[in-house]
Amino acid sequence: MKNEEMNEGKMTVIVQTIAALLFPLALIFSFYVIMHGHLTPGGGFQGGAIGASAVVLLIVAYGVKHVEEKMTEGGFSVFESLGGLIFVVVAIFGLFLATSFLANFLVNEPIFGKIPGWGQAPLNSGGILPILNIAVGMKVIGGLSAVVLILALISREGEEK
Amino acid sequence: MKKLAFIAFVVFLFFLFYSAYEMRDFGNPPSNVRETFPDAKYKVTMDDRIIGKYNTTTGEWEYGAVEETGANNVVTSVVFDYRGYDTLGEATVLFTAIAGIMLLFGREKK
Repeated sequence: MKNEEMNEGKMTVIVQTIAALLFPLALIFSFYVIMHGHLTPGGGFQGGAIGASAVVLLIVAYGVKHVEEKMTEGGFSVFESLGGLIFVVVAIFGLFLATSFLANFLVNEPIFGKIPGWGQAPLNSGGILPILNIAVGMKVIGGLSAVVLILALISREGEEK
Repeated sequence: MKKLAFIAFVVFLFFLFYSAYEMRDFGNPPSNVRETFPDAKYKVTMDDRIIGKYNTTTGEWEYGAVEETGANNVVTSVVFDYRGYDTLGEATVLFTAIAGIMLLFGREKK
């Protein structure tokens, strides 16, 4: 029984249950770190790494074959490219609407550009920084998940041969 | 070799404690730069220039990066605003690595 499970690349029921419990929590923590990147320590890269580690947790616990049915590396790759596109488009908007490439054109504007006073931490501050944080977070989540998924698939296929 | 490693360890430990001793208090606003360097108006360290801004007309240190970028986290305002090109380059490195891996190991679409 145990050998068969190990051959399928799965782990035991205990590990699978804990992974299923921890996966949404890790995703929520990742989104929190990304969304509060301009207020607290962290940001797009760190939160994206946390989100990718949630996917890695699923792959380790349930095996690549099971995870591959739910999410593919092509989808992750599209997600990653979308993040890069958002980054560059926002940066080019800064070139046209303000002075230069990557200029913070949303600061002091009505919605996003609130400037926090002493002791305040409003979520809608920072101008384009939250948008860039989300873009980089999408990039890192998609990129690292795609790399881990495809490398796990390759090593799995090598074991089967 | 072990002796050399130990000597290097001691030297680095000395520098570590020395820099920890010289560091300003945690969370202290950079207005104390004026007391540390009373006559240096522009010769301050880099983070003092970013976090605190010297106003030449009033002669006061202001809360610089927060007013310029609107972000509480000054590290984020450095990474995404003052050094945004660097972040774009990092994202490009990530994109290139993933493109290479997908090119090497990617499978045909079914």
